[in-house]
Amino acid sequence: MFTTLIKFLTSAIDFGVIFLFGCAGEILTEKSGHLNLGIPGIMCMGAAGGCLGVKLCYLASPAPNAFLVVLMGILFAMLFAAALGAIYGFLTVSLRSNQNVSGLACTIFGVGFTSFFLNNAVLTEGVVAQLSQAGNNFFDAPLPGADSLGWFGSLFLDHGILVYLAIVIAVIAAVVLRYTKAGLSLRAVGESPATADAVGINVTGYKYIAILIGAAIAGLGGLCYVMDYMGGIVGSTVDQTIQGIGWLCIALVIFAMWKPAFAILGSIVFGALYILYPYLNSILMIIDPDFNLPTMTIPLFDIIPYAVTILVLIATSIVGRRETQPPASLGLSYFREDR
Amino acid sequence: MDEYALQLQNISKYFGSVAANRNIDLTLRKGEILSLLGENGSGKTTLMNMISGIYYPDNGRIFVNGEEAHISSPQDAFRYKIGMVHQHFKLIDIFSAAQNIVLGTKGSGLARINEEVKAIAEKYGFEIDPKKKIYDMSVSEKQTVEIVKVLYRGADILILDEPTAVLTPQETEKLFLVMRAMKEDGKSIIIITHKLNEVMAISDRVAVLRKGEYIGCVDTADTDPASLTEMMVGEKITLNISRPEAHAERPLLEIRDLTVNSDEGSHAIEKLNFFIRGGEILGVAGIAGCGQRELCEAIAGLRKIESGGIYHEGESIVGLSPRAISARGVAMSFIPEDRLGMGLAPSMSVTDNMMLKNYQDHGYGIKPLPLSDEDTPEEAKKKNARNRFTEFLNRHCPFVDRKKARAEAERIIKELDIVTPSTETPVRRLSGGNVQKVLLGREILIEPNVLITAYPVRGLDINSSYLIYDILNRQKEAGTGILFIGEDLDVMLALCDKIMVLCHGKMMGVVHAEKTTKEQLGLMMAGALDLEEEKGKPMGVAKDTRIGEDQA
Repeated sequence: MFTTLIKFLTSAIDFGVIFLFGCAGEILTEKSGHLNLGIPGIMCMGAAGGCLGVKLCYLASPAPNAFLVVLMGILFAMLFAAALGAIYGFLTVSLRSNQNVSGLACTIFGVGFTSFFLNNAVLTEGVVAQLSQAGNNFFDAPLPGADSLGWFGSLFLDHGILVYLAIVIAVIAAVVLRYTKAGLSLRAVGESPATADAVGINVTGYKYIAILIGAAIAGLGGLCYVMDYMGGIVGSTVDQTIQGIGWLCIALVIFAMWKPAFAILGSIVFGALYILYPYLNSILMIIDPDFNLPTMTIPLFDIIPYAVTILVLIATSIVGRRETQPPASLGLSYFREDR
Repeated sequence: MDEYALQLQNISKYFGSVAANRNIDLTLRKGEILSLLGENGSGKTTLMNMISGIYYPDNGRIFVNGEEAHISSPQDAFRYKIGMVHQHFKLIDIFSAAQNIVLGTKGSGLARINEEVKAIAEKYGFEIDPKKKIYDMSVSEKQTVEIVKVLYRGADILILDEPTAVLTPQETEKLFLVMRAMKEDGKSIIIITHKLNEVMAISDRVAVLRKGEYIGCVDTADTDPASLTEMMVGEKITLNISRPEAHAERPLLEIRDLTVNSDEGSHAIEKLNFFIRGGEILGVAGIAGCGQRELCEAIAGLRKIESGGIYHEGESIVGLSPRAISARGVAMSFIPEDRLGMGLAPSMSVTDNMMLKNYQDHGYGIKPLPLSDEDTPEEAKKKNARNRFTEFLNRHCPFVDRKKARAEAERIIKELDIVTPSTETPVRRLSGGNVQKVLLGREILIEPNVLITAYPVRGLDINSSYLIYDILNRQKEAGTGILFIGEDLDVMLALCDKIMVLCHGKMMGVVHAEKTTKEQLGLMMAGALDLEEEKGKPMGVAKDTRIGEDQA
């Protein structure tokens, strides 16, 4: 029972960080006043870029340096994701087009591109799976002591590097937003760009930087899913799965009330809910060995994260504190000479 | 040269073809308080925005402390130690006072800011709590934060855009104390205001703008409110607007003791009394934001009233839905600042916009069966039942009658000379004058007996304006009572039969357009002349009122 629970929590963390990447990226973006609905597509781009980065290492040498493989994966994931983020930023910041429409277009593009890229084009299926699985060993390498420290080891130390990276990024984001001048300026841009402009903050610059960094972070979520959680196996439906995760990331932003620190907790909750079905079954089987949750209940489990998000929305609306509300200018374009 | 903190030479700024500022020269001496006086749209705020880097002048030169300055952004303005407190505060609601003040500066960190804010507050006599969130603050506290924000950035030249508009008299007094303390400290201050008594109380000199042009600058000690008003409103211009004779009819619309709240919860309209007769145009004069918008919305049923009554033909229309009010014949055409914001859907065609208001009249067009005396009682009963059914069907018809709407659109386009490629052209592709005509035309289409029109000629050129006046005059001759909320006093003097003056939601009096002068209106708008007080009787109540004793 206890081991099952530990295993459940460990898996929840492993899966939750995928949400955490997407959510932290989206929070940064939304703090600048831009609702980026392109996050699912951007996370897909991250997966595509990551696979390419890893493959390049294996093309260069049959037994590449582990550190180099991880670095190239991360670099290419961020690069691909930021490229799509740049398109979104150009559309919404410079051209001031509608954010919802632009974001959805980016998602459709990102998902389609990834499906094409991973399944058919540059990387043929068998090859990428093989190479990536080899690469997975590097990404999923546990910290020392994971095996020897019992439950503590498996809960806290038995994760790949990306898991720790996600948490570090979320903590840094929280600190930057809360305690630094750059964070204060970024929040000001998202609350009231006209005010920020009047006090001399470079509104356009902050928006671009937030969107690009946000997209790059979100892209790591796609890399994390393919290289860490899936163990480097690229299935034919990888784009669809990541897209679904991407939408949940946007819901998670609401769940976390636009606070990266809450997002750490929230992502683990979402991760736990996402993988609840098989574990619930095995827990219930301890009580009754013949127990079998009917498979038709799976869609019900899929609903839970969204239902919880709605509950959070209801709760924050009733409490009505200004700090738990989205940035006031979220979704609005800014043009200085508007009268 | 060095005696001037700020010098403007030949400054002009155009928005499209409209000149907001034309060849303005202005000087600000070191350590003085200069009042900038002018009516709405005289270009005061535009001029100040150019000094603070929000706009860039189309031509002209700005000198700061005798040296030429190029101010193309708010950062530049700060570099020249110029700070502006905008009329609409630029503060982040969810930040604390200290966070707002430190925002965008490179100085000390967030940790030390509280001390520094307190030091500035003590120096000039402000009361401020650095840790308080903006959304918990009163208007005057927010203003304090704005001023400290500017001082924290080291401003030596302060521009205050209508700082007293939102303050109570006591808070205004406090602000003036602070301003005098800043002046003692060597700061130069420009204050924009409409209120003459405040000009006299606080400033050393007064500069006057009128319709984007610089009229002159006088020492406050050498002037008085009457001559300032004259400078502000200018000579009376004779406009060639015809004013058909008004027929005295019994009041159509009567307003009694009306109090309406603004969005912020303060009284926008206070204890207002007036009436409109059929066949007359009642003008409403007043500085922008004196409750005109709230008054229109209250009459049209769009805004809840606090107390008082609105009576149409002797019956109260308070609490009726906007549709029910417009069914009684009260039509409103409100032209907001962005012109398309209220009343028209910009991306829809002329025809579609016609339908927006009139679509509910359409049916299947099933004719009722004729009744005749020869029918047996049974037949008559049957026919009646069928007629009731077809009437029900007609009334609940889910379809719209595009043909009829298009015919109406064509009729209005022809009657009002609207220039449009077709009836199916999106309204936003039309020019400003034509948009206004579409809006007015649709309101006239329902043959109203009361027409409320706010700023109908805003942003229009002369010719289009005259066409609008013609339309209004035709309506007046047809017996419609018109409430004309206007901006240009010359136009109102020529067009309206009577003019009601509002000052901060209170009525200053109703005057006959033929018997009044621009100066009198100007004084009333600035709150320096209150006819109601002078005559000692409540104005705006008709002698032949249709409101019964029991209703009022």
